[in-house]
Amino acid sequence: MKNIWTIAKREYDLYFISPVAYVIAFVMLFFLGIVFIFGVLSATQNPYGGGQTPDLRMVNVWFGYLLIFGAPALTMRLISDEIRMGTMELLLTAPIRDSELIIGKWLGALFFILSILALLLIYPIILNFFIVDPGIDQMLMLSSFLGMILLASTFLALGIGISAMFSNQIAAFFVTLFLFLGLWFLAGVPAFFITSGADFFRFLQFGTHYETIIGGTLNVSDVLYFVTLTVLGLFVGTTAVEMRRWN
Amino acid sequence: MIRVSGLTKQYGARRAIDNLTFEAEQGEVLGFLGPNGAGKTTTMRILTGYMPPTDGEAIVAGFDVVSESLEVRRRVGYLPETVPLYTDMTAFDYLKYMADLRNLPTAENRVDEVLEMVGLSDRGSGYIGNLSRGMRQRVGLAQALLHKPEVLILDEPTVGLDPNQVVDFRKLVRDIGKERTVLLSTHILSEAQHICDRVLIINKGKIIAEDTPENLQARLVGGEKVSLRVRGDADGLEKVISKVKGTKEVTMKDSNTAEFEFAPGNDIRPEVAKTIIKEGYDLLEMRAVGMSLEEIFLELTNTEVKKKK
Ligand SMILES: Nc1ncnc2c1ncn2[C@@H]1O[C@H](COP(=O)(O)OP(=O)(O)OP(=O)(O)O)[C@@H](O)[C@H]1O
Ligand SMILES: [Mg+2]
Repeated sequence: MKNIWTIAKREYDLYFISPVAYVIAFVMLFFLGIVFIFGVLSATQNPYGGGQTPDLRMVNVWFGYLLIFGAPALTMRLISDEIRMGTMELLLTAPIRDSELIIGKWLGALFFILSILALLLIYPIILNFFIVDPGIDQMLMLSSFLGMILLASTFLALGIGISAMFSNQIAAFFVTLFLFLGLWFLAGVPAFFITSGADFFRFLQFGTHYETIIGGTLNVSDVLYFVTLTVLGLFVGTTAVEMRRWN
Repeated sequence: MIRVSGLTKQYGARRAIDNLTFEAEQGEVLGFLGPNGAGKTTTMRILTGYMPPTDGEAIVAGFDVVSESLEVRRRVGYLPETVPLYTDMTAFDYLKYMADLRNLPTAENRVDEVLEMVGLSDRGSGYIGNLSRGMRQRVGLAQALLHKPEVLILDEPTVGLDPNQVVDFRKLVRDIGKERTVLLSTHILSEAQHICDRVLIINKGKIIAEDTPENLQARLVGGEKVSLRVRGDADGLEKVISKVKGTKEVTMKDSNTAEFEFAPGNDIRPEVAKTIIKEGYDLLEMRAVGMSLEEIFLELTNTEVKKKK
């Protein structure tokens, strides 16, 4: 257990000297800031008098889209860098389990995303205290943050799983990216053609589950979907490291 | 303590090590000698739990390297061949990280201690990326010593060290080797002669000799070898020595130094000396030269090749 923290801490610290991580954090905060401002403006300044309550739904949706690109960039080097530097030999001969290595690295990346999410908390706070009267829907807010955390956890776990299979980080990046794009946008497509299994394909889709949760509906099946994929990603990563030993 | 029996590693069609069997006791420094591609690194990687063997068994510090890999890794200090370091960390932080991964209780103190042992106390706060090659090698060594391992496995540990450091390193390893088990690989055979209690020569994945450096020498050298130096140019010296009964393999090493061999128990050195003085040479020096491990090594690996053909 302690080993996981040791590894997670190093990975987390490493992001703060990594240009890629800064770019991702900057793009996310900057872009989501714009989405937020437009959201607020269009709700409050609508000349046709919509009278809508501004909410965070668009920010949360775009967080997901940005993470499709951001997560592969954060995970691509997690294992391949160790291989490139030869430090994998050090980690694989240290008294830590392969699973501890993978979980530690995943947690390090997850903490980085959580740090970004902590900064994003500023938006609901602004809405709650300055714009929306008598305050925003707290349950919706909690549910959407849970959704974002689950999404990040899943993306990063799948990302590290793939990263462990590739010695080359560019390859790891693109494979991860295409997997995410596929699972987000394409997995549901067969549902249009195959009527009998339509529900199954729709179930595979990231977007459906994510949008349900950030929409404020918390179903066990949606949470389970993300948890299962997270475990799967970590399992694939651990297996890939074990396979490397057998080579 | 290391016990290896029938260890084999197959990489696809290539057999990197083939049925290795050897032991190293506590309080022993075992040298692993062999040319490039002999299988030294492969063996060490199996012993450190980095990868499993294809066949055979290895017990390190009392535990099986496959089924009790974590226990083995807790007790082994390993310096890999390509010293793996995080160049973006300071030497201190790096060692602290490795110490934390080993759950060492007073990690900071221990890091200071090992930095002291490898003579890098003043460089602890510097980034590893800015250290010289030899210093990095020493940081790697410090890492291997962190947890006072029962078994120390060092893959070509002196590569890149300056002569002073080599001397310090040998002393360090000999000290450690008094109580623990050390396995180290090298191409530099004189090094094995200096540090190791026992050497194991491997070639193409097979052990071709195993003995103390002294015994290996005695076993291989059919006779005794003498080097002899005279003043000035020594034209004809070779012939003069050859004339003495019992001299063999007379060669000129350079213009005024000759070497010859004679059968053990038939010491003809006085006759040789008398003869060359009589012939008018000024004898400056005459000394016995042992056959170096280099020569033993070449001999062994070459006979192996010849046998194959
Ligand atoms: N990962 C690998 N995949 C395939 N073959 C390998 C691998 N690692 C080593 N080999 C092969 O195994 C054999 C033994 O290699 P090894 O690295 O153990 O030699 P060595 O004795 O350490 O050599 P050196 O003195 O050059 O370090 C070589 O023929 C090498 O090509
Ligand atoms: Mg080697």
